[in-house]
Amino acid sequence: MTGNGVDYDGPILECRGLCISYFTRAGEIPAVIDFDLTLERGGSVGLVGESGCGKSTVAMAIMRYLGKNGGIVGGEVLYKGRNMADFSEEELRQLRGNEISMVYQEPMASLNPSLTLGKQLMEVPLYHEQVAVKEAYDRAVRMLADVKLPDPERVMAAYPHQISGGQQQRVVIAMALLSNPTLLLLDEPTTALDVTVEAGIIELIGEIAERFNTSMIYISHNLGLILETCDRVNVMYSGQVVEEGSVKEVFDEMRHPYTKGLFSAIPLPGADKTARPLVPIRGQLPLPHERPSGCYFGPRCDFFNDGRCDQGQIEMEAVAGEEGHRVRCLRWQEIDWAAYRPQGLSGEEMTPGQPVLKIENMKKYYEITDNSLAAIIKGERIKYVKANEDISFDARECETVAIVGESGCGKSTFAKVLMGLETATDGEVLYRNQDLAQEPVQARTPEQIGDVQMVFQNPFDTLNPSHTVGSQLARVIRKFGAESEPAKIKQRVMELLDLVKLPRDFAKRRPRQLSGGQKQRVGIARAFAGNPAMVVADEPVSALDVSVQAAVTGLLMDIQRSYRTTLLFISHDLSLVRYLSDRVVVMYLGHIVEQGRTDEVFSPPYHPYTEALLSAVPIADTSIQRKRIILEGALPSVLDPPSGCPFHTRCHRKIGSICETKDPPVVDLGDGHRIACHIPRDELDKMEPVIVLSGEGQSEQAASSEESPAAD
Amino acid sequence: MADQTIDALRGEPILLRILKGIALLRESGVGMIGAALVLFWVVVALFAPLLAPFDPLATLQLLAFPGDPYVLDPGKTFDGQAVEEVCALIETGEKQGKYDCGTFWLGTDRVGRDVLSRLIYGTQRVLLYAPLATFCAYAVGIPMGLAAGYLRGWADEVLSFVSNVILSFPVLVLYVIIIATIGASGTNIVIAVTFASAPGIMRIVRGLVLDLRNREYVFAAQTRGESAWRIMFVEILPNARGPLIVDSCLRLGYVIITIGVLGFLGLGLPPPDPDWGGMINENRLMALVAPHMTVFPCIAISSLVLGFNLLADGLREISLRD
Repeated sequence: MTGNGVDYDGPILECRGLCISYFTRAGEIPAVIDFDLTLERGGSVGLVGESGCGKSTVAMAIMRYLGKNGGIVGGEVLYKGRNMADFSEEELRQLRGNEISMVYQEPMASLNPSLTLGKQLMEVPLYHEQVAVKEAYDRAVRMLADVKLPDPERVMAAYPHQISGGQQQRVVIAMALLSNPTLLLLDEPTTALDVTVEAGIIELIGEIAERFNTSMIYISHNLGLILETCDRVNVMYSGQVVEEGSVKEVFDEMRHPYTKGLFSAIPLPGADKTARPLVPIRGQLPLPHERPSGCYFGPRCDFFNDGRCDQGQIEMEAVAGEEGHRVRCLRWQEIDWAAYRPQGLSGEEMTPGQPVLKIENMKKYYEITDNSLAAIIKGERIKYVKANEDISFDARECETVAIVGESGCGKSTFAKVLMGLETATDGEVLYRNQDLAQEPVQARTPEQIGDVQMVFQNPFDTLNPSHTVGSQLARVIRKFGAESEPAKIKQRVMELLDLVKLPRDFAKRRPRQLSGGQKQRVGIARAFAGNPAMVVADEPVSALDVSVQAAVTGLLMDIQRSYRTTLLFISHDLSLVRYLSDRVVVMYLGHIVEQGRTDEVFSPPYHPYTEALLSAVPIADTSIQRKRIILEGALPSVLDPPSGCPFHTRCHRKIGSICETKDPPVVDLGDGHRIACHIPRDELDKMEPVIVLSGEGQSEQAASSEESPAAD
Repeated sequence: MADQTIDALRGEPILLRILKGIALLRESGVGMIGAALVLFWVVVALFAPLLAPFDPLATLQLLAFPGDPYVLDPGKTFDGQAVEEVCALIETGEKQGKYDCGTFWLGTDRVGRDVLSRLIYGTQRVLLYAPLATFCAYAVGIPMGLAAGYLRGWADEVLSFVSNVILSFPVLVLYVIIIATIGASGTNIVIAVTFASAPGIMRIVRGLVLDLRNREYVFAAQTRGESAWRIMFVEILPNARGPLIVDSCLRLGYVIITIGVLGFLGLGLPPPDPDWGGMINENRLMALVAPHMTVFPCIAISSLVLGFNLLADGLREISLRD
């Protein structure tokens, strides 16, 4: 045993055949089975997998924080060559504070809201190294500067709620780095953040790994992030590593059918809804106590061999010629990927029809009464939150219009006005030439209500847990007067379940007996129960697992096609938007900054904000090169929006004082492609594409011009 | 409701689901103890006439001197002994200064009534008025809370103001004022408890609704133009049932104490009805010399309240597990 010496140069962390179980009322539930990992000094390993695959459990086992009902039932974890089972409680405490640090998903939950950030940061050196207060303070300030927080002294004195989410996560990372750890565990550190903020954090993590020579374990469900942050990757499925290797090998030539399935299910820039549609992975993740025998992926695998793949434990096999690339599949050598033509989502083209919805200069302000003394003295007691400012666009029959923007950009407010949950402050919302802007839902006719329906974001929240699936669907059918006889209503409920490809006996189930994807299908069925002409989908798949996302997206598009429904797709996921929408509306702080056909918006000339958004999205494709634009600062408050162009506070292409004083003109680049920016037309035209497929030297513009069917 | 026509789409019948819920209780040891205690008293109340050895209102004197309204059938026997023999026993007992001759298991009270029989009949009163009062309090508090939490605005302000005013009175003072004004009777106890508890229930429901009203299924109901009434009672209320069931169990315990306190203050059921609190009150002056008269009613009250509290704990434990 080498011990803890500084001259130790073996792997920092090794897991050998690690098995972790949770013990519950129902008995032992294996959470992680036969997990191997080797992490060299300065290396970074990504753990990627869907929810419930055991990736966070691995991190907890390394920290030895498994809680009362969890335990390591087999294998060992070696830290610097020493078995962690031999560490005493005191040694473990030292280890956690000094050598291993962890960054969690929710920054607000990691920070104590009642202590200043400075106090929390200083605690680390004060308790673990017993340094003087002055030194602890200096080190904390220096570390805050290292994680690129502006004005570290101010941050030290602030409380967590006084800084933005992205800044909070930077503070958490600074706190993790203060003890100068050898090993940093990052558990989905950017999942709760907006894409442009995420890009900054990811860049920071990369720099830190280099500068401090810290080893990292990066846990994520996002393949694109793993590509950017890690050298090696372990792909996990249902408690097992199914494939491991260097990021380049695994991403370029994956061997396991599950890895292959994941990459076919996510919308990479090459995917196209007509030419190269997404391929969903059928079925759903098995629950830990319902795993099949043999290969856990068997029931969802196209290469499943009866009598062979379902027998006994399957071991990892090394891929010849690629060092460290191992795969847990019996048939990996037999599969001929070149000849594999999976059944993708149906990709018929749709021709948009007549305009259905026309929004003209729609405004939505919320009134806030400010009761502070200063406001009373100034006489400015009423303030306006300008959630939507001058929204104008239209949508045609059978068209998919995506509304894109980060949190707080006003896209959900817009949906509320459209649905009649709020009324507009000004402007028109013309639906089939009837103005709905001032009509709350109570004042609308049942036909108008039934015509515009909504698919919600959170599958765990979208269905009422107290009522059966069938009775919830029946209520909608009755409400919109589609049918009134009980027998016919029941018939219609069954048809709806068929429509969303769920078994008919689900009608009697309650929502808690359904998985997330199934609930979202019921949510879609509910929206389509009244034969709507337009459906607003508010991030319908963002809370679902990657392998289920493609199937639900495909379902939504299939139904849209057969009903010729107009789809307003609200999302922050630009990859998905590029894949399925015909037109895109980009919003920032309640303003539309750019709109146009998908291929136009995704290729230059861009609005600077669109450009930054595009550059921020991580893409899980090694052949893609993208420009890095990191936006400075935080999203301004809607209570006190910047004057002039709303984006000027963070813009990387700001041209001068005109941006701060004058509202930007809306430049029409032809064919409905409009950009609200002061940058002169000829300079806009000179912009370079953000995303380039490096191998072919082909620009994104060329790649996408054959994409959208609406283009022709 | 029209929804009930589509039976085929409904899940299991409600009764079956309730039974399944009760079956779940087996997993909580504490809950089982509570359920056993409560069940014990429910059985006692249901079979009071069979279980009670004596008429709860009959005193020793009446038993000894037939001819009064409470006289017993001449042929009736106690413990196999003829009435005359009992009377003789009692007389001897009186002469010796003790009333307990093995006939009255828990002794007799100040005026010579059988404590056990009074306890048993008192159970009936407690288990009638406490649940009734709790139910009425919920029947008033739930709609108030739903309206305040869901409609917000002026409805919330008015209801919250009223409930704050009521809650600012010391509860006991409130009870005394109400009962003193409208008189002491079973119905008036129910009214008093409803008046004093409904604001508390309103606050709990309001808090739950403030959370539930932001759920997406509520938005979904709003976007299809459902009435506020339907959203409150069909979409929101069923999802608040977990905490409310637990709270109702706890509250039932408090109401039992309240009824006991009212009885003790002489504001409970009018005499000579057997009432646990009243029994303690009537005999409290002799508590030092003859503690059995007050101790047993106290034990009865505490065990029943404990039963409901443990049951609430058990229910909470189960609801947290899901």
